[in-house]
Order: sequence, then structure tokens, then C-alpha cells
Amino acid sequence: MTNRISIIYDRVRWEEKEIFNAFEERNIPFSKHDAKALVLRSNDSDESIQSSFGTSIIQRCISHYRGMLIAHYLESKNCLVVNSSNTSRICGNKFLSTLKFEESGIKTPLTLFSFSDKSAEDSVEELGYPSVLKPIVGSWGRGVVKLNDKDSAKALIEMRYNDDGLFSKIFYVQQHISRPPRDIRTVVVGNEVVGAEYRYSSNDDWRTNFSLGAKIENCPITKELEEIVLKASDSVGGGILGVDLMEGEDGFLVHEINNNVEFKGVSKFTKDNIAYKIVDYIDHISKR
Amino acid sequence: MEQKCQDCDATMQILDDVVIGEIISCPDCGNEFEVKKIDSNAVTLSPAESVGEDWGE
Repeated sequence: MTNRISIIYDRVRWEEKEIFNAFEERNIPFSKHDAKALVLRSNDSDESIQSSFGTSIIQRCISHYRGMLIAHYLESKNCLVVNSSNTSRICGNKFLSTLKFEESGIKTPLTLFSFSDKSAEDSVEELGYPSVLKPIVGSWGRGVVKLNDKDSAKALIEMRYNDDGLFSKIFYVQQHISRPPRDIRTVVVGNEVVGAEYRYSSNDDWRTNFSLGAKIENCPITKELEEIVLKASDSVGGGILGVDLMEGEDGFLVHEINNNVEFKGVSKFTKDNIAYKIVDYIDHISKR
Repeated sequence: MEQKCQDCDATMQILDDVVIGEIISCPDCGNEFEVKKIDSNAVTLSPAESVGEDWGE
């Protein structure tokens, strides 16, 4: 018999192993699919695809475009995908995420978008120093740079403009927020904030990504934090998400939502197992 | 289980709960390998994909 739930991945991290184990421990049948091994036929019927993948799929690809396009494909065959292709599209692109936060009334740092080296330099001059230059696609803090002065800004913009990357001529320059030396990672599953942590910059890096060696600490989930996080999650379509916030002088600002959230760090501070929350969530919505 | 690194020949320890798709890093040269197949006492490894521009959380 076909399993009604499956998980698609392209790299098995700690989180994917936890999810596999949670399905087994909950005794929920599921199937695993390595995205790198898939061959998807444009004309396959809904029934044929659903017999391979089931009707509810957790999409956990580490490659944004690979995961988003697979989600599009499966949705076109009437499967439920978590996170949806639309959520992936928005969260996997900082340009679109920022627009969505503004549109939804979620406080986020002021960001200037520009499309040439000269206009990027103008953006930085307008925001002042320091400001922050980020690639619109990518994660783990890669390519995120603090622009401390005009000379370094000009050099970094020139380097990026002359790079032949797909997005290197799109500039996303963000206001630098005066904040404590930490940010907040929260994990949302459905309508619940299941965990939160403070991430402190390490001594030799201003960025707070766990993958860059940030130190972590439990963050209490206050009513205010919960409301902002759930509103932000809703703004991008909801699902299984990592909502990242900063503590600005006037309250929380949401700066990013991760569509393929890594929750190993947060799990140290939660009483409930996050992988169990995830499999219970997909099990519940797949029965609707 | 133990396996030799395909690049530098160092010995890599592979835990018993290893699963297909998991990444094994060589402790000496840092190269990464993906587990493709698990038999009773051996695993088949192939070089892991390198990090792409669109990779992340």
C-alpha cells in the first residue's frame, strides 16, 4: 500500500534524521525520496504521482530552487506540500520576504533595492554607515557583509557587481540595527511557536548564524514574541519555519524567515521534541 | 564501521545509526562524502555535492 506521507530531501542533516526517527517512533508510515535521484515526468497523472509520493509531502531540500520547483511539480499533481512552493518562493528570496513583511505590517529593517553598482553605492550613502549588504538568495550568513565605510562599501559592491553569479547585480542593502550582540531564532510548526533561542555573535564575527559558531541560549517565548512570530509566519503562508528577529530600540524586527529550518540548536531548550511536532503536524493536516 | 577517505586515505569512523543520504566528513582532509548504500558491514560512499549559491535553511 502506498504511504500517504513522504519526505523529500537532498542532504540528510541532523534534522532529517530526527524527522525519520520521529515517523518511526510515532509508527506513522512514510516514504523517503532523495531529490537528486528523482526523474519527474511532465505528463504523469495525479494518481501516478500520488501513488509514489502519497498526498502529503514534507519538502526539506537544502537547495532552494530544487526544493521550490519540486514543490511546484507536486502541487500541480494535487499533492499537499509543506512548505508550499509559494512559501518557498518568498522565504528563499530576501527581496520577496522583505516586501511581504512590509505588505503585512511586520516591522523589518529598512531595505534599499538597487540594480547596478552606482545605484548600490547611492543606497549605502543614503542608509549611512554601517549598513548591511546581503545576497538575496542563500543562507547561513554567506556573503552577508557589514559596510563600515565608503571605501570598503565601494570595493565590496564592485566585487559583487563583477561577479558572474545569477544575482550578483541585484543589491539588497539594509539598515544596520543597533541591537544587543544577539538575534532570536524561533521555530514555528503550524500555529505553534515550538522553540526559541538567542544566538550570540562569536568574538570574531558580528553575524549570529549558528553555522558560524554563534553561542546559543534559551529565549523565553513571551506573548509579544509569539504574536509577532505567528503573524510573520502567516504572512508567508505558514508551515514549518524558522522566523529570525532582532531586538531593536522600538521592539522586535523580523529580518528573515527560513523555509527549511535547522532546529538542532533550538532543540536544546525545548521540552517537546520538534521532530515529533513536525510529524504530528503533517499527519494531522494530511488527514483533513 | 570504518571506511577509507577516497581522497587522502584517512580512516573515517561511521556510526551504526548511519542512514542513506547522510554526509560523512573526513577528519583529516575535510572532504565530504554521501552515503549511497548500506550493507551489513560496509557503506558505499560517493563525493557529496558542493555547496550551491542557493543552498541554505
